[in-house]
Amino acid sequence: MDDLLTDFLTETQESLAALDVALVRLERNPTDEETLGLIFRLVHTIKGTCGFLGLPRLERVAHAAENVLGRVRDRQLAVTADIITTVLSALDAIKRIVAALGAAGREPAGDDAAIIAALDAIFEGRAAPVETPPVATAPPLAVAPLPVVPPVDIAPTRSEPVAADPTPGDPPSIDQTSGPQTIRVGVDVLEDLMTLVSELVLTRNQLLQLARAQENTGFSVPLQRLSHITSDLQEGVMKTRMQPIGNAWNKLPRLVRDLARDVGKKIELVMHGAETELDRQVLELIKDPLTHMVRNSGDHGLESATERREAGKPETGRITLNAFHEGGHIIIEIADDGRGLPIERIRAKALSRGLATEAELATMSEALIQRFIFRPGFSTAAAITAVSGRGVGMDVVKTNIERIGGTIDLRSVEGRGTTFIIKIPLTLAIVSALIVEASGERFAIPQLSVVELVRANLHANPSGADGRAHGGDNAIEHISGTPVLRLRDRLLPLVGLADLLALCGETQARDSTIVVAQVGAQMLGIIVDRVFDTEEIVVKPVAPILRHMTMFSGNTILGDGSVIMILDPNGIARATGIAAGSEDRAGGGARGRDGQEQDEALMSDGRTERSAMLLFRASGGKPMAVPLGLVSRLEHIARDDIEWSGGRAMTQYRGRLMPLVPLSGQMAADRASHPVLVFSDSEGGGENERRMGLVVDEIVDVVEDHWAIQLGGGGDGLLGTAVIAGRATDVIDTGFWLTQAFTDWFRPARGVSTGRKRLLVVEDSGFFRQMLVPSLTAAGYAVTAVPDAARALKLRDQGIGFDAIISDIEMPGMDGLAFVGSVRESGAWTDLPVIALTSHAAPDAVEAGRGAGFTDYVEKFEREALLASLRHCLAHRPAATRPTALAA
Amino acid sequence: MTSIVLERPRQSDSIARGVGAPAAEECAFVTLMLAGQLCGVPVLSVRDILGEQTITRIPLAPPEIAGSLNLRGRIVTAIDLRRRLRLPDASPGAVRMSVVADQGGELYALLVDQVSEVMSLGAQHFERNPLTLPPAWAAFSTGVYRLQGRLMAVLDVPRLIALSPEAG
Repeated sequence: MDDLLTDFLTETQESLAALDVALVRLERNPTDEETLGLIFRLVHTIKGTCGFLGLPRLERVAHAAENVLGRVRDRQLAVTADIITTVLSALDAIKRIVAALGAAGREPAGDDAAIIAALDAIFEGRAAPVETPPVATAPPLAVAPLPVVPPVDIAPTRSEPVAADPTPGDPPSIDQTSGPQTIRVGVDVLEDLMTLVSELVLTRNQLLQLARAQENTGFSVPLQRLSHITSDLQEGVMKTRMQPIGNAWNKLPRLVRDLARDVGKKIELVMHGAETELDRQVLELIKDPLTHMVRNSGDHGLESATERREAGKPETGRITLNAFHEGGHIIIEIADDGRGLPIERIRAKALSRGLATEAELATMSEALIQRFIFRPGFSTAAAITAVSGRGVGMDVVKTNIERIGGTIDLRSVEGRGTTFIIKIPLTLAIVSALIVEASGERFAIPQLSVVELVRANLHANPSGADGRAHGGDNAIEHISGTPVLRLRDRLLPLVGLADLLALCGETQARDSTIVVAQVGAQMLGIIVDRVFDTEEIVVKPVAPILRHMTMFSGNTILGDGSVIMILDPNGIARATGIAAGSEDRAGGGARGRDGQEQDEALMSDGRTERSAMLLFRASGGKPMAVPLGLVSRLEHIARDDIEWSGGRAMTQYRGRLMPLVPLSGQMAADRASHPVLVFSDSEGGGENERRMGLVVDEIVDVVEDHWAIQLGGGGDGLLGTAVIAGRATDVIDTGFWLTQAFTDWFRPARGVSTGRKRLLVVEDSGFFRQMLVPSLTAAGYAVTAVPDAARALKLRDQGIGFDAIISDIEMPGMDGLAFVGSVRESGAWTDLPVIALTSHAAPDAVEAGRGAGFTDYVEKFEREALLASLRHCLAHRPAATRPTALAA
Repeated sequence: MTSIVLERPRQSDSIARGVGAPAAEECAFVTLMLAGQLCGVPVLSVRDILGEQTITRIPLAPPEIAGSLNLRGRIVTAIDLRRRLRLPDASPGAVRMSVVADQGGELYALLVDQVSEVMSLGAQHFERNPLTLPPAWAAFSTGVYRLQGRLMAVLDVPRLIALSPEAG
């Protein structure tokens, strides 16, 4: 059916419902001009649209009715019950035609001469109207002219009776042929049935459990039958509650049409999978979020026709709804092909609202930054429109969806559009749950949120150089008392169920199981003592006096008759502060197809960079690391050489005093010498060189490894934790420790460099940016860092000048080679020195780099080499050679 | 507390009427024991009397909530009346009984030491709470019946169940 016609049907059905009510009101109060005006307009609109769409039969009836109403409005006719009855009959005729039109896609054949004649008769003031106008082929139905007929609402609200209509997508038509097939049943009857069936299922489970204990009783065969019948009955009753999701969608075409008109855009709404069925209760609960999201997509997501034309897209924006089943869940996707989420604006807003620090933002992948829109009060719409953008947005949607045990996620590409993915359970009444035990008490965890189960050794040996996992690979490690688990080279935050619920009791076998649960975009490991089976449970709400306990989503009775609490992973996450405080930060991973993207995004933070790390121990033997390139020397300083001045430790080092800062806060007095990492701000020993020594307990090793920093913000002086050489290792924040020695370390106004040189750093890895910026600033440069080439070029186009550019080679999107190519090609930066940073400086790669236009090539973390190269390039600045051709 | 003050006059009204028409107004009570004190709850507010039950603890719940139990397929929240009335805990292992009451469609089991008989008592034996009653009792007792040789405190079931942060 064509969209125009669908729109028309939706609109007309609404109008007709309104007309029924209005006409009855008019009859009661014949002088109500407002109502009369409304009726006239509605009929007029129907008539007009029919003419436009080429629906002659409808148009004729509507026209005749409009004539009569026009007379009434012009006070040439007084409102009488007869007139109202006749007009209502005309409306019934229209309804019948509309219903048939909806079913067949075109006007049914038929003859409306009688009703038209009756209307005309009134119009011309000739005769009394026909009492009950004979109608086409069918006699008048239960839809008597009076009293108020319930609106033809395809999506019944909770209080209305619901049509137990087995054929999805078929509006309960007034057409007689569909009459006997369906009956209307009150929703409460269905609800009661569902409750009874739930009880039956529980009783059945109890019986089965009893029967299992005693074999070969005469009960087993009839019990089996009872069991099957119960299952069938459960399924059948569930089916009566199932409704096509199209019912939640049927208001959307109209909404989108109006929206398009209001905001002056061209929008096309495409719906797939409208016949996908889900529980009525769930349907009711997602209706509003869905409407909100579609409205959002149209209002914010899609650009205006002009913008779209300029962006080379078709003028008509498209919103696509897609619903399908996937393993006990229903997935709903709401996609638009609009402008996508503005990463920069979200970043800026997150910063201005204090949701994350600049450093945290720098380490976040785009996918994580986009998820900020699920935070309360986070609307990116620049202007508040009547439609949306009032800051009550996606967080409400998210909360509503999570309330029914669903999850929401998004994919967005700037300029290409945004897709929201909602995953919800098919029904709320019966769920599959995992039964676990902690401290001798059993709990149910909904299977929906369980990703996997991991056996783990509860007590990893925390001390000793080989503290590594003597209980197998899955040993629980601790970061300042917080348990984490290394799971496939990622850190999983853990929470002990017994601790969380303040259960005291004999517990904690040496081995325990970790239930890896998904909470929004986060993963959380819940430590339990034992895992039993999964069971189908009937979720019952907890007593009202316990509703404030957010840790539980309900309770249930198990097959053995005992009552058990159902844990709410969202509540657990909130209780542990994961969802509330640090949600959407690094460290989580999402399941499914989006999870993959996120994994990649996270990986890209430390991606492919194999670089040398200095491993050492401090603060009670914890393994720590610092990039080797940042350390100028390693020294052992004898206790006798340490001098104290004003409570601070110093030592004579290369003829000058060097402050010593103990990483653990104090220096062990009983050691003969201390290992010290020496940092300095400029090599070469000039007058202005400053050094500081970081005192550690033990220097362990230098390892070359990939590293992906996680759980950012490990506290003062720590950047976070990384899995280095297979161990969870704290990575220290050099910048922090340098300022411990010299509070003005990063204030370079120290006489030498008057007029600081400006550097642009293009580096996709937030971590490397964080390492580079302080060390370059310390060396006296003014540094601007951007995460990708596109943003660098944007700076160029904004006319911002630099003295040199340092760029990574491997970057997502435009890589370093392409970037330098476009720098050389045009613009103000064509002659700037551009230094490539790379992890693999193979000769041919260097050659290719020089060919592409790089001035120099430096290995990552070769800090001295980088500084030397910078000095060199900037000294020869005017003579910066320009590559002649792209030799490869 | 204010609500209690407001209700007292009404109770004295009923006493006054009771005096006027003796034996006409009789109320039936389920009597029960709590730490040695005889108490009664109106028989009409009681749905069930249960013996010893398996009670599932509810972690993090208020201390008065003993847990939940399964009453013929319905989940019933158990409230420990000793704790509710600030009495010492029952000795561990003591067999306890419960009185099940319905409040707004939800079932609650009031955990007591012992449930004994159902008594029909004339209003002429009723008296409001002595002013010196400890607050924990005064808050949940609507008055006292003078029985032969002992007193029976009448417990206010809705108030016992109305557990909220400010109550108790």
